[in-house]
Amino acid sequence: MLYYIGSIALILIGIYAVLTKKNLIKIVIGLSILDSGINLLFISIGYVKNATAPIFSNDALTADKMVDPVPQALVLTAIVIGLAVTAVALALVIRLYDHHKTLNINKIRQLKW
Amino acid sequence: MSWLAILVLILVVVMVAAAIFAITRKDLIIAVIGTSVISVVLSVLFYILQAPDVALTEAAIGVALSTIIFVIAIKKTDRYEE
Amino acid sequence: MRKAVSIILLAIVGYYMFSVFLSMPFGEKRDGVGKHYLENTLKETGAVNTVTAIVVSYRGFDTLGEVTVLFLAATGLGAILFDKRGKKRRHQYASLIVRVTSNILYPLIVLLGAYVFVHGHLTPGGGFQGGAIIATGVLLMFMSYRKFEANHKALSIVESLAGLTFVTVGLGGLIYGGSFLFNFLPLGTPGDLVSAGVIPIIYIAVGFKVGAELSGVLDTMLKTIR
Repeated sequence: MLYYIGSIALILIGIYAVLTKKNLIKIVIGLSILDSGINLLFISIGYVKNATAPIFSNDALTADKMVDPVPQALVLTAIVIGLAVTAVALALVIRLYDHHKTLNINKIRQLKW
Repeated sequence: MSWLAILVLILVVVMVAAAIFAITRKDLIIAVIGTSVISVVLSVLFYILQAPDVALTEAAIGVALSTIIFVIAIKKTDRYEE
Repeated sequence: MRKAVSIILLAIVGYYMFSVFLSMPFGEKRDGVGKHYLENTLKETGAVNTVTAIVVSYRGFDTLGEVTVLFLAATGLGAILFDKRGKKRRHQYASLIVRVTSNILYPLIVLLGAYVFVHGHLTPGGGFQGGAIIATGVLLMFMSYRKFEANHKALSIVESLAGLTFVTVGLGGLIYGGSFLFNFLPLGTPGDLVSAGVIPIIYIAVGFKVGAELSGVLDTMLKTIR
């Protein structure tokens, strides 16, 4: 239950940073926090009380005392793709700084090509 | 309240406080350190939720690689906001 | 003005999200696809780690898509930061303690990464984790030595061969079994290193590919510092 509150708080903080901040790197930090919040929400949906990890390491573990493995497989992909998106966004920020010499989005809007 | 519930409460409070810290500071390097604190706490929470593969992935990717890419981008541009 | 509007918007969104998740019970048993995967993994694939069996064997096509997305991101990054003049990397020498220690630690880190992706079907781990650990070891060497260069030709040859291995194994499954990425090697006993059919082969290819790609991304970004 506490996991739901924490992850929804992270998602809202991430969206707030993307909507209101004026520095480009703060916006990319907000995107990264949004990714982390969504991944935590997914894993905490698949949890079963008093169950263990989905690995059959010895023969005493049966299949009805394990947590759900499908959200874990989805989040594994999502974490790696979140890193790729952050890297490409930061490359674009570096290119914009080379051209306009500033990182404020109000000033970049005023300088036309 | 069992000890595990108290530990989870402390970790979630630290995580949300680090997120607020990361978006309200003017020095950008300190904001990036806040993001990597979120990744470390998230890795521990994934382990408590019985997901060892995901905890290993988040610890390897979120803590080391994401932080170093941010620091390289900040070094190429300005360090302080506005 | 903008802050007030966005705070009101986020309060509405947060209220509705919170009320949806309050009505979902936390920690209850859920029936569905997960139950079928948990009960049939040992018989059908022979892998002990269920998450590995889902990522490589049951939903292997999504892993092919993800490897493609990573490849596109690394290529796009190289294209955005392209500079015709050809910059060099110039930074100070690290101190003596860091240089000697990174000489000792670098082979150990690469060995740990290789262990994690070879044993992907027996213990928690797999291709993506092992590739990220290898990229961290390469980053340590970049930070300590001025002359440690990454050979871009060798990295691109490794990456292309690993991607080709993945698709060839999938096509072999199509020829022998009737569907893409079908498990056509013998399954063996669960718990051995050589077991679970094609799953170790695919994960070794994915581990090499992710390690080479992330090292290339780090080298491209570090070269642009003047």
